[in-house]
Amino acid sequence: MSVLIDKFDVFAGGFWLTLQICFLAAIGALILGAVVAVLRISPVPPLRALGTAYVTVFRNLPLTVVMFFAAFGLPALGSNANFLRIPGLDAVFSRLGTDLPYFRFALIALSLYTAAFVCEALRSGVNAVPPGQAEAARSLGLTFGQNLRYVVLPQSWKASIVPLGSVIIAMIKNSALVGFFGVIGDLSQTADQLTSAGGYAFIPVAIGISVGYLIMTVPLGALLDRIEKRQAVAR
Amino acid sequence: MSQQNSVLYDVPGPRQRRITLVSSLIATVVVLIGAYLLIYRPLADKGQFSMELWGPLIDPSNENFTQVWDRLGVGLKHTLTAAALAILSSLVVGTLLAVLRIQLKSLTRRRFTGLATPLAYLLRGLSVLLSAVTRVCVEVFRGLPVVITIFFVARGFPEFGVSFDNLWYLVIGLTVYNSVVIAEILRSGMEGLPGGQAEAAAAIGLSPAQTTRMILLPQAFRIMLPALISQLVVVLKDTSLGFIISYEETLNIGKQIIGVLGNPIQVYAVIAVLFIAVNYSLSKLAQFVQHRLSRGRKTAGTPAQQAPATALISQAEGAGGN
Repeated sequence: MSVLIDKFDVFAGGFWLTLQICFLAAIGALILGAVVAVLRISPVPPLRALGTAYVTVFRNLPLTVVMFFAAFGLPALGSNANFLRIPGLDAVFSRLGTDLPYFRFALIALSLYTAAFVCEALRSGVNAVPPGQAEAARSLGLTFGQNLRYVVLPQSWKASIVPLGSVIIAMIKNSALVGFFGVIGDLSQTADQLTSAGGYAFIPVAIGISVGYLIMTVPLGALLDRIEKRQAVAR
Repeated sequence: MSQQNSVLYDVPGPRQRRITLVSSLIATVVVLIGAYLLIYRPLADKGQFSMELWGPLIDPSNENFTQVWDRLGVGLKHTLTAAALAILSSLVVGTLLAVLRIQLKSLTRRRFTGLATPLAYLLRGLSVLLSAVTRVCVEVFRGLPVVITIFFVARGFPEFGVSFDNLWYLVIGLTVYNSVVIAEILRSGMEGLPGGQAEAAAAIGLSPAQTTRMILLPQAFRIMLPALISQLVVVLKDTSLGFIISYEETLNIGKQIIGVLGNPIQVYAVIAVLFIAVNYSLSKLAQFVQHRLSRGRKTAGTPAQQAPATALISQAEGAGGN
């Protein structure tokens, strides 16, 4: 058990790095997912097809394949994903600016993959709004923008918050994969390093790592359950 | 699509149709130019379309073609074996777990009136404790990334002197995670049934075990079938994590091929197409089943099919699988 105390800083560092990845990837996925969702509900058929194609591809690929593409395909194209070295942001998230690109590759893969699910969550929210609502809004003479802003989106937001939450939880769990793709020092890589290279006993390390992930996922899941129950009552 | 549009847009008139047509053309051109500049050009500049890189994968006359596809076939076989075993075992374990949790829950409400007081208290305490333990187990394994579960299984078992084939580590790791998820799906299916079902079963004299087996489980399976199928897609996707413990599944084989031929983009593209084909048809199957379910058997007595909401959530969770 002593490894938990001796190496507490390693565990804490891993936790912090995983949290950083999750935070950045969540932002990326939410933005990209919103764009794809807009594409999928747009009135222009080719854009809709583009959105559908994106979702079909990324929903049916294992994240592992996306990661491989990012980690081996991008270097083959001579890219180091330097566009992610955003000034200011890399002061807070120091890994963004490092010369080793794997953090950025992992971020790209995770965002691309999660965006497909974010899009589906948002779209299912819009679909959950009864058609009569938007029809009534149109009959009142609201424009498309007003219709979205005052009638559809406020209601769809309620319906999509729980699925969005599950997507984010899933993403946190998915982020465990990045440790196997060259990102050094996140929780999963810490597990590998401490047990194989560090030679520490397996059980305490496993407990430490598990606790690290459970701290992130379980409270979020409980929160979602509460929101879901309250919404069920409200309806 | 048409239903989608009817929510947000009116049926387009002649002017709107013209606008749509023109903007479609513009959008197509923009998308094509974007694809050319952002995807085709970088690939072509690096010579990624050369036959040297693609040949072993698509050209039957290439010297490496048969060997490459033999290896990929082996990988596919391993992937499907692992997926089938994991699906089977997680279905079995998941069903048992769901039944166990339901039974324990009903046990905690029992008062054991016929027994001596201390014994009754002991039994009640025991059932509460067991129920809490299973709940914690479920929460823990649901909250852990499946990567970590597989990794722990592969590292932990040899630690205790038990060692298997890599295949079994992968199957066990996947089962641990997915059986818990399936158990939750089934449990929410059973709890979502109207209370009258269980009451009626009790009224005609079925024991709790019989009630679960004959009344609750079949209906839960029916309602939750779409969610279950999408969970199966997740399992199939998750077998690709076998590369962590160097199980020879498709991706790992792909890695070996790349090591020899040095064409990562091409090999991964082919593997991606394979995965998409299989998973897409499975998702279509899930949609078809859901469609059939919502259409069929709409008698007054059957409970409302509230599958869509739960199915969606579990699919989102499904991302978590991998």
